Amino acid sequence: MSVQTPDAGRQIWMLTQMLRIREFETRVKRTFTEHVGVIRGHTHLADGAEASIVGSLTHFQDGDAALATYRCHGYPLVLGSDPKALMAEIYGRADGICKGLGGSMHLTDVKRGFLGTSGIVGAGIPHAAGAAWAAQIRKKGEVVLSFFGDGASKQGAFHETLNIASLWKLPVVFVMENNGYNVVTTTAQEDANAAAGRPLAVKAQAYEMPGITVDGTDPLAVHKVVGDAIARARTGGGPTLVESKVYRLSAHGNIIAPPGVPLHYPEHEAIAVFGKREEYEAALRGDPVPRFRGLLVQSGALTPAKADALARQVAEEMQAAVTFALNSPFPKSESALEYNYA
Amino acid sequence: MADLPFIAAVDAGIHQEMKRDPRVLYFGQNMATTENHEFVAAYGPDRVRVTPISETAEIGIAIGAAMAGLRPVVELYMAEFMLVAMDQVVNEANRFRYMSGGQVKVPLVLKAGFGFTAGWAGQHTGSLTSLFMGVPGLKVVVPSTAADAKGLMATAIRDDNPVVFLHHYMLTLEHGDVPDGEHLVPFGKAVVRRAGGDVSIVATGWMVHRALAAAERLAAEGISAEVIDPRTVAPLDLETIFGSVEKTRHVVLVDQGTRHASVGAIIASELAEHRFSALAAPIAQVTARDTTIPYSEPLEAYVIPDVERIAAAVRSVLRR
Repeated sequence: MSVQTPDAGRQIWMLTQMLRIREFETRVKRTFTEHVGVIRGHTHLADGAEASIVGSLTHFQDGDAALATYRCHGYPLVLGSDPKALMAEIYGRADGICKGLGGSMHLTDVKRGFLGTSGIVGAGIPHAAGAAWAAQIRKKGEVVLSFFGDGASKQGAFHETLNIASLWKLPVVFVMENNGYNVVTTTAQEDANAAAGRPLAVKAQAYEMPGITVDGTDPLAVHKVVGDAIARARTGGGPTLVESKVYRLSAHGNIIAPPGVPLHYPEHEAIAVFGKREEYEAALRGDPVPRFRGLLVQSGALTPAKADALARQVAEEMQAAVTFALNSPFPKSESALEYNYA
Repeated sequence: MADLPFIAAVDAGIHQEMKRDPRVLYFGQNMATTENHEFVAAYGPDRVRVTPISETAEIGIAIGAAMAGLRPVVELYMAEFMLVAMDQVVNEANRFRYMSGGQVKVPLVLKAGFGFTAGWAGQHTGSLTSLFMGVPGLKVVVPSTAADAKGLMATAIRDDNPVVFLHHYMLTLEHGDVPDGEHLVPFGKAVVRRAGGDVSIVATGWMVHRALAAAERLAAEGISAEVIDPRTVAPLDLETIFGSVEKTRHVVLVDQGTRHASVGAIIASELAEHRFSALAAPIAQVTARDTTIPYSEPLEAYVIPDVERIAAAVRSVLRR
């Protein structure tokens, strides 16, 4: 049960998806300054986690499901959702994928297996297990991917769910994106395992499942580790906890401010709170997106010219999403009352 | 018809739906621990499971299973146990359809007993019904008879939304005639348990029975009381209540919850706003006294509404 390294074509697809997430998120971030007031509330970006997201979702098949958190822009892009509908949702427009009712924190695309996103830390983890129970009953070898952060592993929902998922051998893979910070609290400040110098993946031991730590900035490494976990889940072996170590390249989210104060992305907490500029700059030097591009150019899978063309094409796609979303009308007021009940 | 205790009628409702629909799951703590368990034997361990003491995961798993096309019934035993997992009940299950712009349905039933004023003291006796009312996306069911227990459970399982099914523990062994075969009771349809012309008494759960006993006592005094049981409080059948009040012009609202956390307070506000001119006297509310439920029997009896307090409230609004 060992996952094959993706071929050159598949690796180019993976780079394309990483670029698409980065270009989308860059434009979400730029919207705060280029189109003041267009994005309301709180957004959370996936920049820095692209390799982890894409490496995990490369294995996704029809019938599989993924559930995530409020940091949810990246997954549906990889699963095939229309970036225009995703951006329109973030802009609160009628053409939004959730009709403007959910916004940045609640992107959902059921047709593509992206079942739901909870804005409450850890709350979506049992939802993934429930979807995995449904998959277990259907007996078609479907799996569920549950994405959450390191902070969620301090919630009861995480521990209760890992216990049951292991007990019931549910076909679910728990992908913990450990970005080292719960907002402004470092992992070592809130996690007993981290404080003891151990990886967070050791939590899996308490629940009798494999716990593996992987470099989440390396899409091929994630592809292998999550691929093994998925293969295990598909064949009845039960769940795995994957700790995917990433570095979020933006602050936790845009500033929290009442109306009238223009929103923006502040400096990363490593600098703003802890004064660790070098830590942040090291993460920038290790940025997974240019690194993977460099790897593909080096391996000969892509020429620099082709890589540039790919980047331009993705930038155009995401710029078109911004234009579309800006021009999408607001939903009709009465639509606020729809969809409370089925 | 079969004469069944209330709690067996609830089970009959679950059986009815599990037989007809393979998507229905039933799980919770301290059930289904052997192959001989009635539901495991009938439907198998894929659909009927015991869980650890993990309410957040139990309800969260139900939500995920529901979003993935199944129809889970979670056995929670006590309404208070939902408090452990309140995020999942009032901020997850009920929100996903809305936040997804109608892409998902979350059909599940949270089955929980409540109001066990039989010496269970402070933490297992609450009447939490109003906590769940007014939460967009949730439906709330409070059966008071065995027949309704079966029919409302079946309807709850068929409903495409999260339903909090609150069965009153003091009714557990109360017998009643329960229709054989398929039985469904619609949501949002109150029932008049006793017709009368002088005063309308609205009550849910066990309090329906105390209201009926009060009506009997009042009849001997020449007072004709109508007793209305809303059966579901979300949706709430205000039309039946309004119609009764238009006829009697007097109303007494009975609830086992504390005064500002009662279903009655909600009904009172709707009556005050929409049927003020129909009322010949102020609305009266008979609720639990504002305290945690005490253990000692005479104290417990003092705190919760009894037949005489209901009767006295009726006499008061009728100025008798």
